[in-house]
Amino acid sequence: MENVRPDPTFHPSPRLAMQAEPEHLAYTALLSSDRSRPDALAVVDVDERSATYGTVLNRVELPNRGDELHHFGWNACSSALSPLSCNAFVKRRYLVVPGMRSSRMYVFDTEPDPRQPRLVKTIEPDEIRSKTGYSRPHTVHCGPEGIYVSTLGGGGTSGTLGPPGIFVMDCQTFEVLGRWEIDRGPQQLHYDFWWNLPRDYMVSSEWALPPQFENGIVAEDLLGNKYGHSLHFWQLRDRRHVQTIDLGANHQMVLEIRPAHDPSRDYGFVGVVVDTTNLEASIWTWWREGGKFHARKTATVPPEPADPSQLPDLLKGFAAVPPLISDIDLSMDDRFLYVACWGTGELRQYDVTDPFKPTLSGSVRLGGIAGRQKHPNGRAFGGGPQMTEISRDGRRVFFTNSLYSTWDRQFYPDGIPGVQVMCRTTPQGGLELDPDFYVEFGDGYGAHQVRLQGGDCSTDSFCYPSA
Amino acid sequence: MSSTAALWLTVVALGIYHGLNPAMGWPLAVANGLAEKADRAVFATLLPLGGGHLAAMSVALVPFAWLAGYVSWSRTIQLGAGALVLLYGIYRLVQRRHPRALARIRPTQLAWWSFWMATAHGAGLMLLPFTLGLCEPSSADGRAAAAHATVVRALGSSNVATALAVATVHTVAMLLAGLLIAWAVYRYLGLGFLRRAWLNLDVVWAGSLVVAGAAGVIYAI
Repeated sequence: MENVRPDPTFHPSPRLAMQAEPEHLAYTALLSSDRSRPDALAVVDVDERSATYGTVLNRVELPNRGDELHHFGWNACSSALSPLSCNAFVKRRYLVVPGMRSSRMYVFDTEPDPRQPRLVKTIEPDEIRSKTGYSRPHTVHCGPEGIYVSTLGGGGTSGTLGPPGIFVMDCQTFEVLGRWEIDRGPQQLHYDFWWNLPRDYMVSSEWALPPQFENGIVAEDLLGNKYGHSLHFWQLRDRRHVQTIDLGANHQMVLEIRPAHDPSRDYGFVGVVVDTTNLEASIWTWWREGGKFHARKTATVPPEPADPSQLPDLLKGFAAVPPLISDIDLSMDDRFLYVACWGTGELRQYDVTDPFKPTLSGSVRLGGIAGRQKHPNGRAFGGGPQMTEISRDGRRVFFTNSLYSTWDRQFYPDGIPGVQVMCRTTPQGGLELDPDFYVEFGDGYGAHQVRLQGGDCSTDSFCYPSA
Repeated sequence: MSSTAALWLTVVALGIYHGLNPAMGWPLAVANGLAEKADRAVFATLLPLGGGHLAAMSVALVPFAWLAGYVSWSRTIQLGAGALVLLYGIYRLVQRRHPRALARIRPTQLAWWSFWMATAHGAGLMLLPFTLGLCEPSSADGRAAAAHATVVRALGSSNVATALAVATVHTVAMLLAGLLIAWAVYRYLGLGFLRRAWLNLDVVWAGSLVVAGAAGVIYAI
């Protein structure tokens, strides 16, 4: 699987990635909400010149049930052009797909026909558990030594024996190599992670341990501020924890980490799901200055009052819908931050030209717990904007509607039929839903993360500045 | 052209070859120049890269050059060195994966990274047959005189000096070639060129080791 030249979908800088040709295919993780059927990987045609544009070309079912697919990734991406790792001749070819509930992982080969990925390897939970002591694999990134996989659970069936963390896999053989951390410091909870490769640091976040999410949100733990509320900073090559920033115990569930794509920029963003004092959600900017990391709340989204009769049991007492920022995504030019408010049913676009002063530059409404906003095509939309993926050129923003099967049922008891939609953006800011793009995956299936063929704004990391 | 001049030219040519190979580090100079938006960062990065490369050359060349002082064993040493390089080349042809440990070196430890990169690639080994050719006493008189222990010692030290000279000349050629391409990409060609220029030289590199090793063996026979 070696090339003579680097894979043409690897780009030295974010600017070169933006100039690449538009995506033709999207891969979307589907999960059987009640676990009665196997989860699947869907291939969606996103090529506007194609006769089958906006339809599901193929759906590859997994051999097992109850995997709950989440944040999958490529075996290799632009980070392979790192001048230090000297591994430029691998291919962006395999999709590495973690099953968050089963702790099983799958490897799909997108060659020879990218429209028909083939399952080529299954990694059983025992292998991951015995080699790493971790379970509940969640997010996949291609990095310096291979594939990095974050986990939400430690050892044992409950995933509470020891802290969760990150493990490394070989990017060609998919052999599980072992734990990434050498010194984890005080880190005990885990969720997302990302890095700045040339500046040699990693940032990680915290959600919860498996008993706190697998059977739904635990209201007492949330109100007791027992979900994660800290950011962790690491020396990437030394594999060593260097700093913790506690955002405050009321800032519950610190999820998606989005560093600036341009590696000469020393900052990034993270989303906080809910503030238990007032139900608002927030965006924080973290940055490095004088060798230390700092973080500051830079944007908030308030809860919206609602008639309790419209609310699920969990929220009736509050007479309000929390925004629940479940995903954020940063455009390749580091200019626009997209913020998915899964509770209120809003996708916000912030201009983050000044990362410390995000300014709201656009918004669309779709779904929502109380709002139940219909799509411009007139169709109902279950759930709200959730996993968000921006095209490399920043002109199209795709999103799905499911968060996590048991949480879906708590917040949206009527069910969330899996749908993928798309917004179009304008270069100066502003976005609107494309009335013609509405991909349904069929009842009983939730739709989670979207990956674009050739890379997207939450896959690739770069080693050269755009300058 | 004398055989000595040809050998020195080979040492310089291999220096240019190593310098142009992205695996030896010139893209790092480009990245640092772009990150700091300063010309001097391009130059400053090349110095530790050159230092590490020089150290890797010396570590591979000096012990063999010192052994070459034992004139009665010189043919065996040349055969052995040639065979070693040849076998390493074949190994690199079969096992083309890069050691993962290299990716673990911090971006601030450039000289250390350069040393290990050159060593893992067999960059020093590639020069070995040619260096031993330069260390070889050139006349029958020299062989006769070498029988005397003090002469052997003197010869041994001059061989070490030759090896260090080879390492230095090679590294200077490598640095100049690397500087030229890093500067051209940084200043004129842009990162798009990096994508086009980054050829997979793994097979060519392994082939170079095989050729160098075979040349050493043939020279010794």
